[in-house]
Amino acid sequence: MKFNLKVWRQKNAQAQGKLVDYTIENIIPDMSFLEMVDVLNDNLVRKGEDPIAFDHDCREGICGMCSMYISGRAHGPHHAATTCQLYMRSFKDGDTIYVEPFRAGAFPIIKDLVTDRSAFDRIIAKGGFVSVNTGQAQDANNLPVDKADAEKAMDAAACIGCGACVAACPNSAAMLFVSAKISQLALLPQGGPERNNRAINMVNQMDEEGFGNCTNIGACEAECPKEIKLTNIARMNREYLVASLINE
Amino acid sequence: MSELNSKIPTGPLAEKWDNYKEHAKLVNPANKRKLEVIVVGTGLAGASAAASLAELGYSVKAFCFQDSPRRAHSIAAQGGINAAKNYKNDGDSVFRLFYDTIKGGDFRAREANVYRLADVSRNIIDQCVAQGVPFAREYGGLLDNRSFGGSQVSRTFYARGQTGQQLLLGAYGALERQIGLGNVKMYARHEMADVVTIDGKARGIVARNLITGELERYFGHAVILATGGYGNVFFLSTSAMGSNVTAAWKAHKKGAYFGNPCYTQIHPTCIPVTGDYQSKLTLMSESLRNDGRVWVPKSKEDAKAIREGKKTAADIKEDDRDYYLERKYPSFGNLCPRDIASRAAKEACDDGRGIVPSGLGVFLDFADAIKRLGVEVVKARYGELFPMYQNITNEDPLKTPMKIYPAVHYTMGGLWVDYELMTSVQGLYCLGEANFSDHGANRLGASALMQGLADGYFVIPYTIGNYLSSEIFTKAIPTDHPAFVEAEEAARERAEKLIGTKGKKTVDDFHKQLGKIMWEYCGMARTAEGLTHARKLIQDLRKEFWSNVNIPGTLNEFNPEFDKAGRVADFIELGELMVIDALDRNESCGGHFRLEYQDEGEAKRDDENYAYVSAWEHTSVEADPILHKEKLVYENIQLQVRSYK
Ligand SMILES: Cc1cc2nc3c(=O)[nH]c(=O)nc-3n(C[C@H](O)[C@H](O)[C@H](O)COP(=O)(O)OP(=O)(O)OC[C@H]3O[C@@H](n4cnc5c(N)ncnc54)[C@H](O)[C@@H]3O)c2cc1C
Ligand code: SF4
Ligand code: FES
Repeated sequence: MKFNLKVWRQKNAQAQGKLVDYTIENIIPDMSFLEMVDVLNDNLVRKGEDPIAFDHDCREGICGMCSMYISGRAHGPHHAATTCQLYMRSFKDGDTIYVEPFRAGAFPIIKDLVTDRSAFDRIIAKGGFVSVNTGQAQDANNLPVDKADAEKAMDAAACIGCGACVAACPNSAAMLFVSAKISQLALLPQGGPERNNRAINMVNQMDEEGFGNCTNIGACEAECPKEIKLTNIARMNREYLVASLINE
Repeated sequence: MSELNSKIPTGPLAEKWDNYKEHAKLVNPANKRKLEVIVVGTGLAGASAAASLAELGYSVKAFCFQDSPRRAHSIAAQGGINAAKNYKNDGDSVFRLFYDTIKGGDFRAREANVYRLADVSRNIIDQCVAQGVPFAREYGGLLDNRSFGGSQVSRTFYARGQTGQQLLLGAYGALERQIGLGNVKMYARHEMADVVTIDGKARGIVARNLITGELERYFGHAVILATGGYGNVFFLSTSAMGSNVTAAWKAHKKGAYFGNPCYTQIHPTCIPVTGDYQSKLTLMSESLRNDGRVWVPKSKEDAKAIREGKKTAADIKEDDRDYYLERKYPSFGNLCPRDIASRAAKEACDDGRGIVPSGLGVFLDFADAIKRLGVEVVKARYGELFPMYQNITNEDPLKTPMKIYPAVHYTMGGLWVDYELMTSVQGLYCLGEANFSDHGANRLGASALMQGLADGYFVIPYTIGNYLSSEIFTKAIPTDHPAFVEAEEAARERAEKLIGTKGKKTVDDFHKQLGKIMWEYCGMARTAEGLTHARKLIQDLRKEFWSNVNIPGTLNEFNPEFDKAGRVADFIELGELMVIDALDRNESCGGHFRLEYQDEGEAKRDDENYAYVSAWEHTSVEADPILHKEKLVYENIQLQVRSYK
């Protein structure tokens, strides 16, 4: 297969970036998208040019590191898949493919397709945990949890923190990410005691980081590789509202 | 050859750890704040250690090379975590988990460590549940368990197919909490470039800021490495792309002995290699063997027809199939341990009965399970695994059997540590997959997550206090100390040499070449002759690498190709040590199979001469390393031939 690629190249955070054209041939349909970029980079290095910087690590859809905005979609055309889980068989021979970084004010570009998503860590640091020191736990089975709740909590906990929801949202909102963590802990009894502070602190940090507001567009859910549901955002809003009332 | 002191406490096995804890020296809270600890790595082992030490009051600096501590490769673990809770009332106990682990490791692990591991396994589950880790539950709301990876009791806790992710997010949450409280300073996108030792004690690290390329110096009263496994020495493995040996290797060169480097786990159920372009291999969870049956055709002709696309699995009649694991190991069948299942697959394929075009693949068939349980049950049980397989291979395992082949998955070897998890360098500790400690020559399924969290949550918080209690009068050493300057200078010189080489071959060219050598000669089957040859090949490769590698860009920018080059340089040196170790060990045990030492295909151990841990001391890259032996003494169990028949 042969493709025309238009790839975002930007030397560093300060530099101006632009789309650069590349053609690539002899691509096998069973190659992953990242393996296709590997081949392109290999060609570039052999020609003495600077390879394209991109984030990736596990290459099996779980670490959340890969993050390409491909032809107008976060993680590309596939539903419920990360960039590393995208295979070239999903494209047509001769296609022109745009490759850009996840764009958002709160995700500054480091180089080419690599962005700084540490804002997510700072939000988690404000409450994405249960405050239990090592050694303080009781026997695990002393606290039964309704299976249905446990399943729902697991659905929310599946978020890999990739930031596709932010990249997909015209407002660059981080609601889906934040609500996934708030929901997981709101659904479990362990999260109970800190529930109110958690909602307030995490939402405040989210605003401070410069993420936008939610206007119910739903692009985040559509692009989320882990199928995190919009209902989590509704739950987060409820948690936040209740917490605000109590705190007054 | 000197004997090593593993500092195993005296007393009966079951009381050793309690005895140790009762007598370990303590640091008072006011002094803890003045003591700084560096933790390199934020996987299960590192994140749990960093969080727990910060909770105790130490001042912690944590490092990882990814953009966030949450992305360590622990995240990829699918199957589960063991614990001797005996919630199923099926006869499990601390002793049984201990025994299974020792036996699974082919009697090449240290009794005292493994017993402690089995003992604290129960606390791990309590801790994780309290953190809100959403483990699978039964209808009554209590925790569910399954049997996993060759165990006859159900002691594995799991969170769908994402156990590692959920455990890591629990530990990461605890870590972020401490970062938020100001007790941990986190350095993401930083790669450790060297350990700094002063007067024989570890006192800090030099790290490369991966965004700017700058070398930075950090002081610590103690340094903990929790940097994961080195499976990527084989180029293709189930590890993440960035997984490396660099931190452990730098420590090795600074005096930390390397334990059992040749013990590598080759996992039987991975998606087979299909082409040269492949960058990594994907594991299909071991849990699939609970319901899947492994087979190849009985006849070579049928296998050939399948390889050539003239027949499919469905065309092979029941009587013409060889369910070889069930045939060879009737009592464990498809659930026999990994090393045994892998070797059996290799044997079947070497016999010309492989079923993928390369010849290196066997079937894992769910047809019987589907008949017995129905499609829906099977689908529910293997949640995201089937779609994952289908996405990669374009084939639906509900309709046609999976194709699998062994791949490099885990490294039992690692830095040698004593009972306190201290390496042979004072004040330098090593946790998780990066150390050699608990799995002997083969690791059982669901035991790595257990070990990482045991080390980080429940062992190091006690053992490090025993050391740091004598450091309370040591003031923080300024990083303009000559030892820091020297370490940074050495790292810079090496980097400049690498980037200045401007040769003809890419970093990946070398990495792939190394991987081929390792897989061929130091993989599933090894011989003295092959290993001797491999050593020469690796030495030549090292020389060529340093004169002919081509790294683009500069040192003062974000430069992933340079990062890769540094790691490959270390892998090449490690590869040679693995080969040396495999050559020394004239026996077969666990993942180390020497063709010369076997009984009709079964590993033949030599307890008389090789019941020891090999701990290698570095001399120089050009010269032979020095072997130190830690004799393995078994006081509580009898060494047996490990049989799963
Ligand atoms: C696909 C897969 C499935 C698995 N499934 C299971 C399972 O079901 N059950 C089980 O028990 N085990 C399983 N394992 C094994 C288990 O996941 C690992 O052994 C374990 O998670 C390792 O944890 P760790 O904390 O030691 O290292 P890792 O999680 O690998 O973390 C290493 C850390 O070190 C950092 N690091 C590395 N090098 C450097 C450096 N030079 N400088 C700075 N930082 C560095 C990294 O950034 C990272 O934070 C699986 C492994 C794989 C690959
Ligand atoms: S909610 Fe979905 S898209 Fe957003 S960070 Fe989590 S996994 Fe990624
Ligand atoms: S590289 Fe880990 S999710 Fe894609």
